[in-house]
Amino acid sequence: MAALLLDPLAAIGRATLGACRVAGDAALFALEGLSHVLRPPFHLRLFWRAFIEIAWFSLPVVALTAIFTGMVLALQSFTGFARFNAQSAIASVVVISLTRELGPVLAALMVAGRIGASFAAEIGTMRVTDQIDALTTLSTNPMKYLVAPRLLAAIIALPLLVLVADVLGVMGGWLIGTLKLGFVSDAYLKSTFDYLQAQDVISGLVKAAAFGFVIALMGTWCGYRSKGGAQGVGGATTSAVVASSILILALDYILTEIFFAQ
Amino acid sequence: MTEAMAAPGQAQAIAAATPKIRVRGLCKAFGPKQVLDGVDLEVARGHSLVILGGSGSGKSVTIKCILGLIQPDAGSIEIDGQDVLKMKRHDREAMADRIGMLFQNGALFDSLPVWENVCFKLLAQKRLSRATARDKAAEVLAQVGLAASVGDLWPAELSGGMQKRVALARAIAAQPDIIFFDEPTTGLDPIMGAVIDGLIVDCVKRLGATAISITHDMASARRIGDSAAMIHKGRIVWTGEARGLGHSGNAMVDQFANGRREGPIQMELRR
Ligand SMILES: Nc1ncnc2c1ncn2[C@@H]1O[C@H](COP(=O)(O)OP(=O)(O)OP(=O)(O)O)[C@@H](O)[C@H]1O
Ligand SMILES: [Mg+2]
Repeated sequence: MAALLLDPLAAIGRATLGACRVAGDAALFALEGLSHVLRPPFHLRLFWRAFIEIAWFSLPVVALTAIFTGMVLALQSFTGFARFNAQSAIASVVVISLTRELGPVLAALMVAGRIGASFAAEIGTMRVTDQIDALTTLSTNPMKYLVAPRLLAAIIALPLLVLVADVLGVMGGWLIGTLKLGFVSDAYLKSTFDYLQAQDVISGLVKAAAFGFVIALMGTWCGYRSKGGAQGVGGATTSAVVASSILILALDYILTEIFFAQ
Repeated sequence: MTEAMAAPGQAQAIAAATPKIRVRGLCKAFGPKQVLDGVDLEVARGHSLVILGGSGSGKSVTIKCILGLIQPDAGSIEIDGQDVLKMKRHDREAMADRIGMLFQNGALFDSLPVWENVCFKLLAQKRLSRATARDKAAEVLAQVGLAASVGDLWPAELSGGMQKRVALARAIAAQPDIIFFDEPTTGLDPIMGAVIDGLIVDCVKRLGATAISITHDMASARRIGDSAAMIHKGRIVWTGEARGLGHSGNAMVDQFANGRREGPIQMELRR
């Protein structure tokens, strides 16, 4: 009887302990990775390779996402705001929602799919084929060689990508505004920049850096801890993408609260 | 204390008497599975030990414990008389710099061309510039019977046997004091196998390195080993001269060396 009552409690306890262990492991992994970012020797070649992979090759996806988001925003707010005769606010709405919110979040989600998966698959394969052990025997710290350059590259690359996304998103809104909704180009651009504050853009870029860190961390961590052959690597890839996507959304709320709550 | 007080000549004699590698009571379990259950090993400086044992008997795990890649549950591992498990991380890394390892499956870095794989450790330790690394790689590749042009290929473009030889080249390129070979000749044709055996003997004799090799090939074991040890059920059940394999007087070793089905070792086959 007692066992019947206690079993569910035990299961909950086990799950909680497991979750704590996993979170603690990820946190320690993050700290160790970051400490290697700051300590020489630095692997500039690997940093550069990761940077190109993240910043340059994600550019098309992020650009398309941003342009279409800007276009949709303009169109949606036009139909919505027309009810209140508030069409003049459209340009501001587009630019503020993009820089503060949609630019960083959507760019990060797109990059999480590409980069989180590729990091997890590459490092996971290295783990299950003993390549990470081989690094250790070849006088190279795998955290420094594999994790630190990727963390740093993602933290730097994401803000740059988001800056591009902001510009292209505004351009998408402007295209729809002038070509379809009948705004005068100069007036649209003027109202875009009239209400825009530096804080809007900067908070978005800080968010982007944080998201970049989360993406690289989840990708490398899931890969590093993977075991069990091709299936294990597949699982690591999935977890990396799911975990980083959820963490991006959660972190987005927390950062917004920090930046904008009065 | 006695060592500190001894005369220099005596201290050297004591150093020569300490085995290069000494493993005592090594235990390791993976979950409920006790893989190593008190392994004892000793290898003298400049000697070559061959470890034999059935598939899954824990040979690779033993080597990985000595390398520090797997943390054992109990036991001690001494290299040059110092317990590596009690060492500070920095000292342990310095120790690892002098050890070379050939992994069972090669473990070549597939994001790097062959020449960079071969010279990886020399480049990491800054003992070599990238400009001169290609020439050095060609030199080491020649020792394992590969043409210099192989250096520009990617690991994925090599056959299994070629990968093994590149991995071997990588393990010996930095001229380590201690080398571990995990099945150096499996997957090679008999002639190349003999060449690789010769190379291993050469490393030990010429460089004065201490070697531990794992092999399933008895001819190869006799060629490369000074002594041999047999591992079974997580323990060392026999040690002796490698030359005596096949007529050692130990029923298990003789069964293993001659590849007989009947004997004290029962393979766990399920039907
Ligand atoms: N990382 C690990 N996690 C769980 N079990 C492991 C791990 N590594 C090894 N084992 C188990 O330990 C046992 C010994 O493995 P090991 O690789 O040492 O065998 P081996 O003697 O080298 O065999 P082979 O000759 O086939 O290479 C195996 O049963 C294996 O399942
Ligand atoms: Mg093995």
